[in-house]
Amino acid sequence: MTNKIVIAELTKGTINPATAELVSAAQSMGGEITVVVPCTDATTADAAASYDGVAKVIAVKSEVFAGNDSSGWASALDSAIPNGTVLCLATARSKDVASRLAARRGLSIVQDVVSIEGSNLTSPIYSGKANQTVTANGDVVLTVRANVFNAVGSGSSNDVSVVDASGDVKTAVQEVMQRASARLDVSEANIIISGGRGMGSPANFTHLEAVADTIGAAVGASRAAVDTWEEIPHSMQVGQTGKTVNPNLYIAVGISGAIQHLAGMRSSKYIVAINKDADAPIFQHADYGIVATWEEALPVLQDSFSTLLG
Amino acid sequence: MPTVAVMIKQVPDTNAKISVQGGRVDLSSVKMEMSPYDVFAVETALRHKEASGGSVTAITVGGAGSEKILKDAKAMGVDNIVRVWDDSWGELDSNGLQSVLKQAIEALGVDVVYCGKSAADTGAGSTGPGLAERLGWSNASNIIGAEFGDAVIVSMPVEAGVAKISVPLPAVISCDKGDVKPRKANVKGIMMAKKAQVELMTATAPSSTVAIANHSMPAAKPAGKTFEGGSSASQVVQLLRDEANVI
Repeated sequence: MTNKIVIAELTKGTINPATAELVSAAQSMGGEITVVVPCTDATTADAAASYDGVAKVIAVKSEVFAGNDSSGWASALDSAIPNGTVLCLATARSKDVASRLAARRGLSIVQDVVSIEGSNLTSPIYSGKANQTVTANGDVVLTVRANVFNAVGSGSSNDVSVVDASGDVKTAVQEVMQRASARLDVSEANIIISGGRGMGSPANFTHLEAVADTIGAAVGASRAAVDTWEEIPHSMQVGQTGKTVNPNLYIAVGISGAIQHLAGMRSSKYIVAINKDADAPIFQHADYGIVATWEEALPVLQDSFSTLLG
Repeated sequence: MPTVAVMIKQVPDTNAKISVQGGRVDLSSVKMEMSPYDVFAVETALRHKEASGGSVTAITVGGAGSEKILKDAKAMGVDNIVRVWDDSWGELDSNGLQSVLKQAIEALGVDVVYCGKSAADTGAGSTGPGLAERLGWSNASNIIGAEFGDAVIVSMPVEAGVAKISVPLPAVISCDKGDVKPRKANVKGIMMAKKAQVELMTATAPSSTVAIANHSMPAAKPAGKTFEGGSSASQVVQLLRDEANVI
């Protein structure tokens, strides 16, 4: 049973709680677990010290982790972590870093793992239309989807060792255009409300935004909406040629449920569909379906959420 | 003048239904096409050439059946088309795939490689950054815009918003949809593509450490509850609290 190295997910400079899910994924593979925390300040790693089931916590301190350069991240991590099977969270940046780290070590990589049985790793393919199970012989690097594994408990007090590292940064940030809206991106939200062509016009997306702001959701869109209206950017698109999401709650409004769209959101924990057409395919995938126009349903939805959340 | 390469992959039409027969995905009746993000990569590669001169070579790894997408890239305007393959390969794992691509890119003397952010079959997105690491090159992934000079200035989403990042060459750059509209092949392009020769290359692949065990369909969801009329939205909100526990 080889060592398992969990790379903590860094979100806005702190450890993303889904890191505790990575530890539990590592446990299901067996072996001794080391949690590695990439950071610019070693106190960041304190949050990992309480994880149960962990043998070691290593804070890898480097300025490269303040930036986005995958080469810098992968080379700094490579220099500081032991050999073994490496687990990262399947976010855009970590998938990139994990790919470089695997290549650097001459290992294969398995992305977007949602189920582990020993050395059998299962990931969705065709954006979730099917699953693929692979068998890993020896060490690999894998990325694990958030919201799939249960988090380990946090009653321990592990020692944290600190390693200074430097990385081979190859690219340079010239400027960052801050996101105009404070609203979350669909790829990082726990709740998403998406609109389709049934919304009638892009201006009507303000009604979705109002609900989103009440419940702290991100606003998404179907490919039909993105292709039809220039005002709806591709960054909002959920589906096989947009973003694949698995939030706790997905609310689809005026979306019929094309295969393309279903592929990107079907693994959401709970799905609510609002559509005036009772035969829309989306209802076959919804936990709760509301057959109504969005004009009728959204004001009620908004009021009910407001009342509930006070 | 840069030698530009673009890596493309053949995948099932993203509008197709997928079925599993005998533990493997059955693609016998599914139309195959160039992975949608690769189309943006081809467009970006062509724009790089139009800005800086040089040439564009489209590369795919696959059997003879994958030559159609090379012809499609040729019809869009790439100069050369290359298929990398050896009949002994079977299913390459990421280590194998990136190793053979590295050998092909080195043999072609390439300065910059474009690819889609992920292929529509696996959705993995490993090949671009993995290849960059093996070559010792810089990389940028999921770009939504590019300006071409001694370095490529890419626009790329980061935590805080969208960053403009200078990527020195040589580099591997993976493309998201972004603002560019891929050109459509015209009649002349399609005629030229028909006559174009596919250059065959081979390489040495390391043995696989990751092997496909099986494919399966996702578990079907139990039937949900359906309500009539907009006023039922209040009941649904209550169920989201009491039953689903997500609000």
